[in-house]
Amino acid sequence: MECMTLTGEEIDHIAELARLHLSSEDRERMVEQLSAILDHVARIQAADLSSVSETMHMGEEVNRWRRDEVLPSLSVDSALANAPDSDGHYFKVEAIQEEQS
Amino acid sequence: MMDNASMAQAPADVEYEVVIGLEVHAQLLTKSKMFCRCSASYIAAGPNENTCPVCLGMPGVLPVMNEEAIRDTVLTGIALECTIPEVSKFDRKNYFYADLPKGYQISQFDQPLTIDGTLRFMVDGREVSCGIERVHLEEDAGTLHHLGTGIHSSHASLVDFNRAGVPLMEIVGRPDLRTPKEAREYVSTLRKILMFIGVNDGNLEEGSMRCDANISLRPKGSTELGAKVEIKNMNSFRSIERALEHEIQRQTALLRRGETIPQETRGWIDPENRTVSQRSKEQAHDYRYFPDPDLPALSISRELVEELRKRLPELPAAMQSRFVTSYGISDYEAGVLTQERDEAATFEEIVKRGVDPVLAARWCIGDLAKLAKETKTAIADSGLGIEGAAELLKLLHDGTINGATAKALAEELYEAGGSPAALVAERGLGKVSDRSAVETMCQEAIAGNQKAVDDFRGGKEAALQSLVGAVMKASRGRADASLVREVLTKLLSS
Repeated sequence: MECMTLTGEEIDHIAELARLHLSSEDRERMVEQLSAILDHVARIQAADLSSVSETMHMGEEVNRWRRDEVLPSLSVDSALANAPDSDGHYFKVEAIQEEQS
Repeated sequence: MMDNASMAQAPADVEYEVVIGLEVHAQLLTKSKMFCRCSASYIAAGPNENTCPVCLGMPGVLPVMNEEAIRDTVLTGIALECTIPEVSKFDRKNYFYADLPKGYQISQFDQPLTIDGTLRFMVDGREVSCGIERVHLEEDAGTLHHLGTGIHSSHASLVDFNRAGVPLMEIVGRPDLRTPKEAREYVSTLRKILMFIGVNDGNLEEGSMRCDANISLRPKGSTELGAKVEIKNMNSFRSIERALEHEIQRQTALLRRGETIPQETRGWIDPENRTVSQRSKEQAHDYRYFPDPDLPALSISRELVEELRKRLPELPAAMQSRFVTSYGISDYEAGVLTQERDEAATFEEIVKRGVDPVLAARWCIGDLAKLAKETKTAIADSGLGIEGAAELLKLLHDGTINGATAKALAEELYEAGGSPAALVAERGLGKVSDRSAVETMCQEAIAGNQKAVDDFRGGKEAALQSLVGAVMKASRGRADASLVREVLTKLLSS
Protein backbone atom coordinates (compact mmCIF):
# COMPACT_ATOMS: atom_id res chain seq x y z
CA MET A 1 0.00 0.00 0.00
CA GLU A 2 1.12 3.52 -0.81
CA CYS A 3 2.37 5.52 2.16
CA MET A 4 0.89 8.96 2.84
CA THR A 5 3.56 11.47 3.72
CA LEU A 6 2.60 14.94 4.79
CA THR A 7 4.94 17.75 3.86
CA GLY A 8 6.39 20.19 6.39
CA GLU A 9 4.24 22.93 4.80
CA GLU A 10 1.08 20.91 5.37
CA ILE A 11 2.04 20.46 9.01
CA ASP A 12 2.60 24.22 9.31
CA HIS A 13 -0.83 24.88 7.82
CA ILE A 14 -2.55 22.48 10.23
CA ALA A 15 -0.61 23.96 13.17
CA GLU A 16 -1.66 27.45 12.10
CA LEU A 17 -5.33 26.41 11.93
CA ALA A 18 -5.07 24.88 15.41
CA ARG A 19 -3.18 27.91 16.74
CA LEU A 20 -0.19 25.73 17.73
CA HIS A 21 3.43 26.82 17.74
CA LEU A 22 5.64 23.86 16.83
CA SER A 23 9.37 23.65 17.38
CA SER A 24 11.36 22.08 14.56
CA GLU A 25 11.56 18.76 16.47
CA ASP A 26 7.78 18.87 17.05
CA ARG A 27 7.31 19.51 13.37
CA GLU A 28 9.46 16.47 12.45
CA ARG A 29 7.55 14.28 14.90
CA MET A 30 4.19 15.50 13.58
CA VAL A 31 5.16 14.71 9.99
CA GLU A 32 5.81 11.14 11.15
CA GLN A 33 2.81 10.70 13.45
CA LEU A 34 0.16 12.40 11.34
CA SER A 35 1.39 10.53 8.26
CA ALA A 36 1.00 7.26 10.18
CA ILE A 37 -2.60 8.22 11.07
CA LEU A 38 -3.34 8.94 7.41
CA ASP A 39 -1.83 5.58 6.46
CA HIS A 40 -4.19 3.90 8.88
CA VAL A 41 -7.20 5.74 7.42
CA ALA A 42 -6.02 4.78 3.93
CA ARG A 43 -6.15 1.11 4.98
CA ILE A 44 -9.75 1.55 6.12
CA GLN A 45 -10.61 3.33 2.89
CA ALA A 46 -9.25 0.38 0.92
CA ALA A 47 -11.73 -1.99 2.61
CA ASP A 48 -14.83 -3.04 0.68
CA LEU A 49 -17.70 -1.25 2.44
CA SER A 50 -20.27 -1.53 -0.34
CA SER A 51 -22.61 -3.49 1.90
CA VAL A 52 -22.30 -1.08 4.86
CA SER A 53 -24.60 1.94 5.06
CA GLU A 54 -23.10 5.30 5.91
CA THR A 55 -22.87 6.06 9.62
CA MET A 56 -23.57 9.62 10.61
CA HIS A 57 -23.52 8.98 14.31
CA MET A 58 -22.69 6.08 16.58
CA GLY A 59 -26.22 6.07 18.00
CA GLU A 60 -29.44 5.17 16.21
CA GLU A 61 -31.36 7.92 17.96
CA VAL A 62 -32.82 10.80 15.93
CA ASN A 63 -34.63 14.07 16.76
CA ARG A 64 -33.39 14.43 20.30
CA TRP A 65 -34.83 17.89 20.69
CA ARG A 66 -36.53 19.93 23.40
CA ARG A 67 -39.40 22.39 23.75
CA ASP A 68 -38.68 26.08 23.26
CA GLU A 69 -38.66 27.29 26.85
CA VAL A 70 -36.38 29.60 28.81
CA LEU A 71 -34.61 28.66 32.04
CA PRO A 72 -32.54 31.04 34.18
CA SER A 73 -29.00 31.68 32.95
CA LEU A 74 -25.82 31.83 35.02
CA SER A 75 -25.16 34.94 37.07
CA VAL A 76 -22.73 37.27 35.29
CA ASP A 77 -20.20 36.67 38.09
CA SER A 78 -20.31 32.89 37.54
CA ALA A 79 -20.14 33.34 33.76
CA LEU A 80 -16.99 35.46 34.11
CA ALA A 81 -15.44 33.39 36.94
CA ASN A 82 -12.99 31.50 34.73
CA ALA A 83 -12.29 34.32 32.27
CA PRO A 84 -8.58 35.14 31.92
CA ASP A 85 -9.54 38.80 31.82
CA SER A 86 -12.73 40.80 32.15
CA ASP A 87 -13.93 44.39 32.19
CA GLY A 88 -17.17 45.12 34.01
CA HIS A 89 -19.64 42.51 32.82
CA TYR A 90 -17.67 41.73 29.67
CA PHE A 91 -15.03 39.18 28.79
CA LYS A 92 -11.92 41.04 27.69
CA VAL A 93 -9.64 39.79 24.91
CA GLU A 94 -6.65 41.16 23.05
CA ALA A 95 -7.53 43.43 20.17
CA ILE A 96 -8.69 41.71 17.04
CA GLN A 97 -6.71 43.16 14.19
CA GLU A 98 -7.83 42.90 10.64
CA GLU A 99 -5.73 44.41 7.93
CA GLN A 100 -7.50 46.64 5.49
CA SER A 101 -6.49 48.35 2.32
CA MET B 1 -9.45 34.82 -37.39
CA MET B 2 -10.67 35.53 -33.89
CA ASP B 3 -12.51 32.65 -32.28
CA ASN B 4 -13.42 34.61 -29.20
CA ALA B 5 -15.42 37.79 -29.49
CA SER B 6 -13.83 39.40 -26.49
CA MET B 7 -10.31 38.86 -27.85
CA ALA B 8 -11.17 41.03 -30.83
CA GLN B 9 -11.69 43.98 -28.54
CA ALA B 10 -9.46 46.00 -26.32
CA PRO B 11 -10.51 45.54 -22.67
CA ALA B 12 -11.95 49.05 -22.67
CA ASP B 13 -14.63 48.02 -25.17
CA VAL B 14 -15.73 44.79 -23.52
CA GLU B 15 -19.28 44.78 -22.20
CA TYR B 16 -19.59 43.03 -18.86
CA GLU B 17 -22.42 41.05 -17.37
CA VAL B 18 -22.94 41.30 -13.62
CA VAL B 19 -23.55 38.14 -11.59
CA ILE B 20 -24.87 38.51 -8.03
CA GLY B 21 -25.75 35.90 -5.41
CA LEU B 22 -26.96 36.78 -1.92
CA GLU B 23 -26.56 35.10 1.44
CA VAL B 24 -29.07 36.23 4.03
CA HIS B 25 -28.78 35.40 7.73
CA ALA B 26 -32.00 35.66 9.71
CA GLN B 27 -32.38 35.19 13.46
CA LEU B 28 -35.36 33.09 14.43
CA LEU B 29 -37.87 34.48 16.94
CA THR B 30 -37.68 31.59 19.38
CA LYS B 31 -37.84 32.28 23.10
CA SER B 32 -34.71 30.27 23.93
CA LYS B 33 -31.38 29.77 22.19
CA MET B 34 -30.64 27.03 19.66
CA PHE B 35 -28.87 24.51 21.89
CA CYS B 36 -29.53 25.71 25.45
CA ARG B 37 -32.38 27.27 27.40
CA CYS B 38 -30.91 30.74 27.83
CA SER B 39 -33.20 33.53 26.62
CA ALA B 40 -32.68 34.41 22.96
CA SER B 41 -33.76 38.05 23.39
CA TYR B 42 -30.46 39.81 23.88
CA ILE B 43 -31.21 43.41 22.86
CA ALA B 44 -32.50 44.55 26.25
CA ALA B 45 -30.27 42.31 28.39
CA GLY B 46 -27.13 43.52 30.15
CA PRO B 47 -23.80 42.09 28.90
CA ASN B 48 -23.41 38.33 29.43
CA GLU B 49 -26.66 38.01 31.38
CA ASN B 50 -28.04 35.34 29.01
CA THR B 51 -25.24 32.79 29.15
CA CYS B 52 -24.72 29.29 30.48
CA PRO B 53 -22.04 26.59 30.24
CA VAL B 54 -23.47 25.41 26.87
CA CYS B 55 -23.42 28.76 25.04
CA LEU B 56 -20.13 29.72 26.69
CA GLY B 57 -18.52 26.57 25.28
CA MET B 58 -17.47 25.05 28.61
CA PRO B 59 -15.98 21.56 28.44
CA GLY B 60 -18.24 18.56 29.01
CA VAL B 61 -21.57 20.19 28.18
CA LEU B 62 -24.19 18.72 25.87
CA PRO B 63 -26.16 20.85 23.41
CA VAL B 64 -29.83 19.91 22.84
CA MET B 65 -31.71 21.23 19.80
CA ASN B 66 -34.62 23.64 20.04
CA GLU B 67 -37.51 21.94 18.20
CA GLU B 68 -39.19 25.26 17.40
CA ALA B 69 -36.10 26.43 15.49
CA ILE B 70 -36.14 23.25 13.38
CA ARG B 71 -39.84 23.78 12.61
CA ASP B 72 -39.31 27.45 11.73
CA THR B 73 -36.52 26.55 9.30
CA VAL B 74 -38.60 23.85 7.60
CA LEU B 75 -41.52 26.32 7.41
CA THR B 76 -39.20 28.83 5.73
CA GLY B 77 -38.09 26.16 3.29
CA ILE B 78 -41.72 25.41 2.41
CA ALA B 79 -42.45 29.14 1.89
CA LEU B 80 -39.45 29.31 -0.48
CA GLU B 81 -40.62 26.26 -2.48
CA CYS B 82 -37.70 24.15 -1.22
CA THR B 83 -37.36 20.38 -1.06
CA ILE B 84 -37.21 19.10 2.53
CA PRO B 85 -34.86 16.08 2.65
CA GLU B 86 -35.84 13.33 5.06
CA VAL B 87 -32.46 13.27 6.76
CA SER B 88 -30.48 16.25 7.99
CA LYS B 89 -27.65 16.81 10.45
CA PHE B 90 -25.51 19.40 12.19
CA ASP B 91 -21.80 19.85 11.56
CA ARG B 92 -18.99 21.74 13.23
CA LYS B 93 -17.45 24.61 11.29
CA ASN B 94 -14.04 25.19 12.85
CA TYR B 95 -12.36 28.59 13.11
CA PHE B 96 -10.98 30.85 15.79
CA TYR B 97 -12.50 34.20 16.54
CA ALA B 98 -13.14 35.91 19.86
CA ASP B 99 -16.91 35.97 19.38
CA LEU B 100 -17.03 32.18 18.96
CA PRO B 101 -16.59 30.56 22.38
CA LYS B 102 -16.17 26.92 21.31
CA GLY B 103 -13.67 27.46 18.47
CA TYR B 104 -16.36 26.09 16.15
CA GLN B 105 -19.82 27.09 15.07
CA ILE B 106 -22.55 24.47 14.97
CA SER B 107 -23.88 24.75 11.43
CA GLN B 108 -25.01 22.49 8.58
CA PHE B 109 -22.68 21.45 5.79
CA ASP B 110 -23.73 18.76 3.33
CA GLN B 111 -27.17 17.84 4.68
CA PRO B 112 -29.09 21.06 5.33
CA LEU B 113 -32.73 21.06 6.43
CA THR B 114 -33.99 22.44 3.10
CA ILE B 115 -32.62 22.63 -0.46
CA ASP B 116 -33.46 23.80 -4.00
CA GLY B 117 -36.06 26.52 -3.67
CA THR B 118 -37.12 29.57 -5.65
CA LEU B 119 -37.86 33.18 -4.78
CA ARG B 120 -40.02 35.11 -7.26
CA PHE B 121 -40.47 38.86 -7.34
CA MET B 122 -41.21 41.74 -9.70
CA VAL B 123 -38.65 44.28 -10.92
CA ASP B 124 -39.92 47.04 -13.23
CA GLY B 125 -42.97 45.01 -14.19
CA ARG B 126 -40.96 41.89 -15.03
CA GLU B 127 -40.96 38.68 -12.96
CA VAL B 128 -37.53 37.62 -11.71
CA SER B 129 -37.05 34.13 -10.40
CA CYS B 130 -33.97 33.45 -8.27
CA GLY B 131 -32.91 29.98 -7.19
CA ILE B 132 -32.43 29.22 -3.49
CA GLU B 133 -29.61 26.73 -3.04
CA ARG B 134 -30.41 25.94 0.58
CA VAL B 135 -31.78 27.18 3.88
CA HIS B 136 -29.80 25.82 6.78
CA LEU B 137 -29.80 26.33 10.51
CA GLU B 138 -26.85 27.39 12.66
CA GLU B 139 -26.04 29.33 15.82
CA ASP B 140 -25.21 33.03 15.95
CA ALA B 141 -21.91 34.28 17.40
CA GLY B 142 -21.40 36.71 20.30
CA THR B 143 -20.85 40.44 19.83
CA LEU B 144 -17.55 42.31 20.09
CA HIS B 145 -17.04 45.87 21.25
CA HIS B 146 -13.68 47.30 20.31
CA LEU B 147 -12.00 49.54 22.82
CA GLY B 148 -10.26 52.60 21.42
CA THR B 149 -11.27 54.62 18.42
CA GLY B 150 -11.95 51.76 16.00
CA ILE B 151 -11.17 48.23 15.04
CA HIS B 152 -7.75 49.19 13.64
CA SER B 153 -6.44 51.19 16.52
CA SER B 154 -8.03 49.32 19.41
CA HIS B 155 -5.90 47.55 21.99
CA ALA B 156 -8.58 45.28 23.42
CA SER B 157 -12.06 44.01 22.68
CA LEU B 158 -14.95 43.31 25.00
CA VAL B 159 -17.05 40.23 24.37
CA ASP B 160 -20.73 39.76 25.11
CA PHE B 161 -22.05 36.21 24.59
CA ASN B 162 -25.76 37.00 24.89
CA ARG B 163 -26.16 36.55 21.14
CA ALA B 164 -23.98 33.42 21.03
CA GLY B 165 -26.21 30.44 20.33
CA VAL B 166 -29.26 32.37 19.09
CA PRO B 167 -30.81 30.31 16.26
CA LEU B 168 -29.80 31.71 12.88
CA MET B 169 -31.02 30.62 9.45
CA GLU B 170 -28.77 31.07 6.48
CA ILE B 171 -30.62 31.45 3.18
CA VAL B 172 -28.19 30.89 0.33
CA GLY B 173 -29.39 32.26 -3.01
CA ARG B 174 -28.04 31.11 -6.37
CA PRO B 175 -26.06 33.59 -8.51
CA ASP B 176 -29.14 34.35 -10.61
CA LEU B 177 -29.34 38.10 -10.00
CA ARG B 178 -28.06 40.56 -12.62
CA THR B 179 -28.59 44.07 -11.22
CA PRO B 180 -28.35 45.84 -7.84
CA LYS B 181 -32.06 46.59 -8.11
CA GLU B 182 -32.84 42.87 -8.43
CA ALA B 183 -30.68 42.26 -5.35
CA ARG B 184 -32.59 44.86 -3.40
CA GLU B 185 -35.96 43.43 -4.44
CA TYR B 186 -34.78 39.91 -3.59
CA VAL B 187 -33.96 40.95 -0.02
CA SER B 188 -37.14 43.01 0.29
CA THR B 189 -39.31 40.09 -0.90
CA LEU B 190 -37.50 37.61 1.31
CA ARG B 191 -37.85 39.90 4.32
CA LYS B 192 -41.60 40.25 3.75
CA ILE B 193 -42.01 36.47 3.54
CA LEU B 194 -39.99 35.81 6.71
CA MET B 195 -42.03 38.41 8.60
CA PHE B 196 -45.34 37.08 7.22
CA ILE B 197 -44.63 33.54 8.33
CA GLY B 198 -43.50 34.89 11.71
CA VAL B 199 -39.95 33.52 11.81
CA ASN B 200 -37.94 36.78 11.75
CA ASP B 201 -38.52 40.45 12.63
CA GLY B 202 -36.85 41.80 9.48
CA ASN B 203 -34.63 44.32 11.25
CA LEU B 204 -31.67 44.98 8.94
CA GLU B 205 -30.39 47.94 10.96
CA GLU B 206 -30.14 46.01 14.21
CA GLY B 207 -28.79 42.94 12.44
CA SER B 208 -31.48 40.38 13.20
CA MET B 209 -31.47 40.06 9.41
CA ARG B 210 -28.09 40.43 7.65
CA CYS B 211 -27.15 40.31 4.00
CA ASP B 212 -23.85 39.48 2.27
CA ALA B 213 -23.46 39.61 -1.50
CA ASN B 214 -21.17 37.73 -3.87
CA ILE B 215 -20.59 39.71 -7.03
CA SER B 216 -18.52 39.08 -10.12
CA LEU B 217 -18.28 40.45 -13.66
CA ARG B 218 -17.77 38.46 -16.84
CA PRO B 219 -17.64 39.42 -20.52
CA LYS B 220 -21.15 39.35 -21.99
CA GLY B 221 -21.90 35.99 -23.54
CA SER B 222 -19.39 34.13 -21.36
CA THR B 223 -20.79 31.40 -19.14
CA GLU B 224 -17.85 31.17 -16.79
CA LEU B 225 -18.04 33.00 -13.48
CA GLY B 226 -15.48 35.74 -12.87
CA ALA B 227 -13.48 36.20 -9.66
CA LYS B 228 -15.96 36.47 -6.82
CA VAL B 229 -15.89 39.40 -4.41
CA GLU B 230 -17.91 39.13 -1.20
CA ILE B 231 -19.45 42.36 0.13
CA LYS B 232 -20.39 42.65 3.80
CA ASN B 233 -21.79 45.33 6.16
CA MET B 234 -24.80 46.35 4.09
CA ASN B 235 -27.47 47.09 6.65
CA SER B 236 -30.27 48.74 4.72
CA PHE B 237 -32.00 48.20 1.38
CA ARG B 238 -30.45 51.41 0.17
CA SER B 239 -26.94 50.32 1.12
CA ILE B 240 -27.38 46.93 -0.62
CA GLU B 241 -28.21 48.69 -3.88
CA ARG B 242 -25.55 51.37 -3.50
CA ALA B 243 -22.77 49.00 -2.42
CA LEU B 244 -23.39 46.76 -5.44
CA GLU B 245 -23.55 49.71 -7.84
CA HIS B 246 -20.27 50.96 -6.45
CA GLU B 247 -18.68 47.51 -6.71
CA ILE B 248 -19.75 47.15 -10.36
CA GLN B 249 -18.07 50.47 -11.18
CA ARG B 250 -14.92 49.52 -9.27
CA GLN B 251 -14.59 46.11 -10.95
CA THR B 252 -15.44 47.46 -14.42
CA ALA B 253 -12.73 50.12 -14.09
CA LEU B 254 -10.15 47.51 -13.02
CA LEU B 255 -11.05 45.13 -15.87
CA ARG B 256 -11.03 47.93 -18.46
CA ARG B 257 -7.52 48.82 -17.34
CA GLY B 258 -6.59 45.20 -18.05
CA GLU B 259 -6.17 44.32 -14.36
CA THR B 260 -7.52 41.18 -12.73
CA ILE B 261 -9.98 41.13 -9.84
CA PRO B 262 -8.63 39.40 -6.74
CA GLN B 263 -11.05 37.08 -4.95
CA GLU B 264 -11.60 38.75 -1.58
CA THR B 265 -14.03 40.02 1.04
CA ARG B 266 -14.80 43.73 1.07
CA GLY B 267 -16.73 45.77 3.61
CA TRP B 268 -19.18 48.52 2.64
CA ILE B 269 -18.54 51.83 4.42
CA ASP B 270 -21.87 53.56 4.03
CA PRO B 271 -20.98 57.16 4.94
CA GLU B 272 -17.99 57.08 2.59
CA ASN B 273 -19.89 55.35 -0.22
CA ARG B 274 -17.11 52.83 -0.93
CA THR B 275 -15.97 49.29 -0.19
CA VAL B 276 -12.65 48.40 1.42
CA SER B 277 -10.77 45.13 1.36
CA GLN B 278 -11.02 43.12 4.57
CA ARG B 279 -7.99 40.91 4.17
CA SER B 280 -7.73 38.94 7.36
CA LYS B 281 -4.46 37.42 8.49
CA GLU B 282 -6.18 34.06 8.34
CA GLN B 283 -5.09 31.84 5.48
CA ALA B 284 -7.65 30.75 2.93
CA HIS B 285 -10.73 29.48 4.77
CA ASP B 286 -10.32 25.90 5.86
CA TYR B 287 -13.23 25.12 8.13
CA ARG B 288 -12.67 21.34 8.43
CA TYR B 289 -16.39 20.58 8.71
CA PHE B 290 -17.35 17.32 10.37
CA PRO B 291 -20.60 15.95 11.85
CA ASP B 292 -21.14 17.20 15.40
CA PRO B 293 -20.91 14.06 17.53
CA ASP B 294 -22.99 15.72 20.28
CA LEU B 295 -26.06 16.07 18.09
CA PRO B 296 -27.94 13.04 16.76
CA ALA B 297 -29.25 13.19 13.19
CA LEU B 298 -32.59 14.73 12.27
CA SER B 299 -35.34 12.76 10.60
CA ILE B 300 -37.92 15.14 9.18
CA SER B 301 -41.13 13.15 8.84
CA ARG B 302 -43.47 13.78 5.91
CA GLU B 303 -46.25 14.28 8.48
CA LEU B 304 -44.33 17.20 9.99
CA VAL B 305 -43.77 18.72 6.53
CA GLU B 306 -47.49 18.41 5.74
CA GLU B 307 -48.50 19.85 9.11
CA LEU B 308 -46.26 22.87 8.51
CA ARG B 309 -47.42 23.23 4.92
CA LYS B 310 -51.00 23.52 6.20
CA ARG B 311 -49.93 26.12 8.75
CA LEU B 312 -48.27 28.30 6.10
CA PRO B 313 -50.20 31.58 5.94
CA GLU B 314 -51.07 33.32 2.69
CA LEU B 315 -47.78 34.77 1.40
CA PRO B 316 -47.39 38.49 0.59
CA ALA B 317 -47.31 38.11 -3.22
CA ALA B 318 -50.51 36.04 -3.24
CA MET B 319 -52.17 38.45 -0.84
CA GLN B 320 -51.13 41.43 -2.98
CA SER B 321 -52.71 40.04 -6.14
CA ARG B 322 -55.83 38.97 -4.22
CA PHE B 323 -56.22 42.55 -2.91
CA VAL B 324 -56.05 43.86 -6.48
CA THR B 325 -58.66 41.39 -7.78
CA SER B 326 -61.07 41.30 -4.86
CA TYR B 327 -60.95 44.95 -3.79
CA GLY B 328 -60.21 46.77 -7.03
CA ILE B 329 -57.29 48.71 -5.55
CA SER B 330 -54.07 49.43 -7.45
CA ASP B 331 -51.11 47.05 -7.44
CA TYR B 332 -49.06 49.77 -5.77
CA GLU B 333 -51.59 50.19 -2.95
CA ALA B 334 -51.86 46.42 -2.52
CA GLY B 335 -48.05 46.24 -2.34
CA VAL B 336 -47.87 48.86 0.41
CA LEU B 337 -50.74 47.27 2.36
CA THR B 338 -49.05 43.85 2.31
CA GLN B 339 -45.69 45.12 3.62
CA GLU B 340 -46.66 43.76 7.01
CA ARG B 341 -49.19 41.11 7.88
CA ASP B 342 -50.81 43.02 10.75
CA GLU B 343 -51.40 46.08 8.61
CA ALA B 344 -52.86 43.99 5.80
CA ALA B 345 -55.20 42.38 8.35
CA THR B 346 -56.27 45.81 9.66
CA PHE B 347 -57.19 46.91 6.12
CA GLU B 348 -59.26 43.77 5.59
CA GLU B 349 -60.99 44.17 8.96
CA ILE B 350 -61.98 47.76 8.06
CA VAL B 351 -63.32 46.63 4.67
CA LYS B 352 -65.25 43.79 6.36
CA ARG B 353 -67.16 46.43 8.33
CA GLY B 354 -68.68 47.77 5.13
CA VAL B 355 -66.15 50.44 4.13
CA ASP B 356 -65.46 51.05 0.43
CA PRO B 357 -62.13 49.19 -0.18
CA VAL B 358 -60.65 51.94 -2.36
CA LEU B 359 -61.30 54.53 0.34
CA ALA B 360 -60.05 52.17 3.07
CA ALA B 361 -56.82 51.48 1.13
CA ARG B 362 -56.19 55.18 0.57
CA TRP B 363 -56.60 55.94 4.29
CA CYS B 364 -54.70 52.88 5.52
CA ILE B 365 -51.60 53.84 3.55
CA GLY B 366 -52.22 57.61 3.87
CA ASP B 367 -53.56 59.52 6.85
CA LEU B 368 -53.97 56.54 9.20
CA ALA B 369 -50.48 55.20 8.38
CA LYS B 370 -49.09 58.66 9.10
CA LEU B 371 -50.82 58.75 12.50
CA ALA B 372 -49.57 55.23 13.27
CA LYS B 373 -46.03 56.34 12.50
CA GLU B 374 -46.26 59.58 14.50
CA THR B 375 -47.76 57.95 17.58
CA LYS B 376 -45.86 54.64 17.15
CA THR B 377 -49.21 52.90 17.67
CA ALA B 378 -50.77 50.56 15.11
CA ILE B 379 -54.25 51.48 13.88
CA ALA B 380 -55.74 48.40 15.57
CA ASP B 381 -54.21 49.37 18.94
CA SER B 382 -55.08 53.08 18.73
CA GLY B 383 -57.95 54.87 20.50
CA LEU B 384 -59.72 55.03 17.15
CA GLY B 385 -59.28 51.32 16.59
CA ILE B 386 -60.58 49.27 13.69
CA GLU B 387 -64.23 49.98 14.65
CA GLY B 388 -63.66 53.73 14.88
CA ALA B 389 -61.73 53.86 11.62
CA ALA B 390 -64.50 51.96 9.83
CA GLU B 391 -67.19 54.25 11.29
CA LEU B 392 -65.23 57.35 10.31
CA LEU B 393 -64.66 56.18 6.73
CA LYS B 394 -68.33 55.27 6.34
CA LEU B 395 -69.34 58.81 7.44
CA LEU B 396 -66.90 60.16 4.88
CA HIS B 397 -68.07 57.83 2.11
CA ASP B 398 -71.79 58.54 2.56
CA GLY B 399 -71.16 62.29 2.51
CA THR B 400 -72.05 63.00 6.16
CA ILE B 401 -68.67 64.63 6.70
CA ASN B 402 -66.05 65.96 4.31
CA GLY B 403 -62.40 64.98 3.99
CA ALA B 404 -61.06 67.80 6.16
CA THR B 405 -63.42 66.90 9.02
CA ALA B 406 -62.56 63.19 8.70
CA LYS B 407 -58.88 64.01 8.94
CA ALA B 408 -59.35 66.25 11.98
CA LEU B 409 -61.47 63.60 13.71
CA ALA B 410 -58.94 60.87 12.97
CA GLU B 411 -56.19 62.99 14.52
CA GLU B 412 -58.28 63.80 17.57
CA LEU B 413 -59.58 60.29 18.22
CA TYR B 414 -56.40 58.36 17.32
CA GLU B 415 -55.05 58.72 20.83
CA ALA B 416 -58.07 59.95 22.79
CA GLY B 417 -60.52 57.32 21.56
CA GLY B 418 -64.29 57.68 21.11
CA SER B 419 -66.97 57.29 18.50
CA PRO B 420 -66.66 59.47 15.37
CA ALA B 421 -70.43 59.31 14.72
CA ALA B 422 -71.28 60.50 18.24
CA LEU B 423 -68.80 63.37 17.97
CA VAL B 424 -70.17 64.45 14.58
CA ALA B 425 -73.70 64.57 15.99
CA GLU B 426 -72.63 66.30 19.21
CA ARG B 427 -70.61 69.04 17.54
CA GLY B 428 -72.71 69.42 14.42
CA LEU B 429 -69.79 68.59 12.18
CA GLY B 430 -71.98 67.22 9.41
CA LYS B 431 -71.20 68.50 5.96
CA VAL B 432 -73.25 71.50 4.81
CA SER B 433 -74.74 70.37 1.56
CA ASP B 434 -78.00 72.22 1.78
CA ARG B 435 -78.13 74.29 -1.43
CA SER B 436 -79.73 77.40 0.03
CA ALA B 437 -77.27 77.49 2.96
CA VAL B 438 -74.36 77.12 0.53
CA GLU B 439 -75.81 79.82 -1.72
CA THR B 440 -75.97 82.25 1.18
CA MET B 441 -72.34 81.57 2.07
CA CYS B 442 -71.27 81.96 -1.58
CA GLN B 443 -73.07 85.30 -1.89
CA GLU B 444 -71.27 86.53 1.22
CA ALA B 445 -67.95 85.43 -0.22
CA ILE B 446 -68.63 87.20 -3.53
CA ALA B 447 -69.60 90.39 -1.70
CA GLY B 448 -66.44 90.35 0.42
CA ASN B 449 -63.85 89.49 -2.30
CA GLN B 450 -64.38 92.01 -5.09
CA LYS B 451 -60.87 91.60 -6.53
CA ALA B 452 -61.22 87.84 -6.98
CA VAL B 453 -64.63 88.36 -8.57
CA ASP B 454 -63.19 90.90 -11.05
CA ASP B 455 -60.24 88.64 -11.84
CA PHE B 456 -62.53 85.72 -12.52
CA ARG B 457 -64.84 87.76 -14.71
CA GLY B 458 -61.77 89.10 -16.50
CA GLY B 459 -60.89 85.53 -17.53
CA LYS B 460 -58.62 84.42 -14.68
CA GLU B 461 -60.23 81.10 -13.83
CA ALA B 462 -57.78 80.41 -10.99
CA ALA B 463 -59.42 83.22 -9.04
CA LEU B 464 -62.37 80.90 -8.41
CA GLN B 465 -60.21 78.87 -6.06
CA SER B 466 -59.69 81.76 -3.65
CA LEU B 467 -63.47 82.23 -3.49
CA VAL B 468 -63.97 78.52 -2.79
CA GLY B 469 -61.33 78.87 -0.08
CA ALA B 470 -63.18 81.81 1.46
CA VAL B 471 -66.41 79.80 1.66
CA MET B 472 -64.66 76.78 3.17
CA LYS B 473 -63.02 79.00 5.75
CA ALA B 474 -66.30 80.69 6.65
CA SER B 475 -67.94 77.26 7.08
CA ARG B 476 -64.98 75.94 9.10
CA GLY B 477 -64.36 73.29 6.49
CA ARG B 478 -67.85 71.86 6.62
CA ALA B 479 -69.24 73.08 3.30
CA ASP B 480 -69.45 70.55 0.48
CA ALA B 481 -66.57 71.78 -1.69
CA SER B 482 -67.91 70.51 -5.01
CA LEU B 483 -71.29 72.10 -4.35
CA VAL B 484 -69.58 75.40 -3.41
CA ARG B 485 -67.66 75.35 -6.70
CA GLU B 486 -70.81 74.67 -8.69
CA VAL B 487 -72.83 77.40 -6.96
CA LEU B 488 -70.04 80.00 -7.24
CA THR B 489 -69.60 79.32 -10.97
CA LYS B 490 -73.31 79.70 -11.49
CA LEU B 491 -73.60 82.92 -9.45
CA LEU B 492 -70.57 84.53 -11.14
CA SER B 493 -71.63 83.74 -14.69
CA SER B 494 -75.20 85.00 -14.24
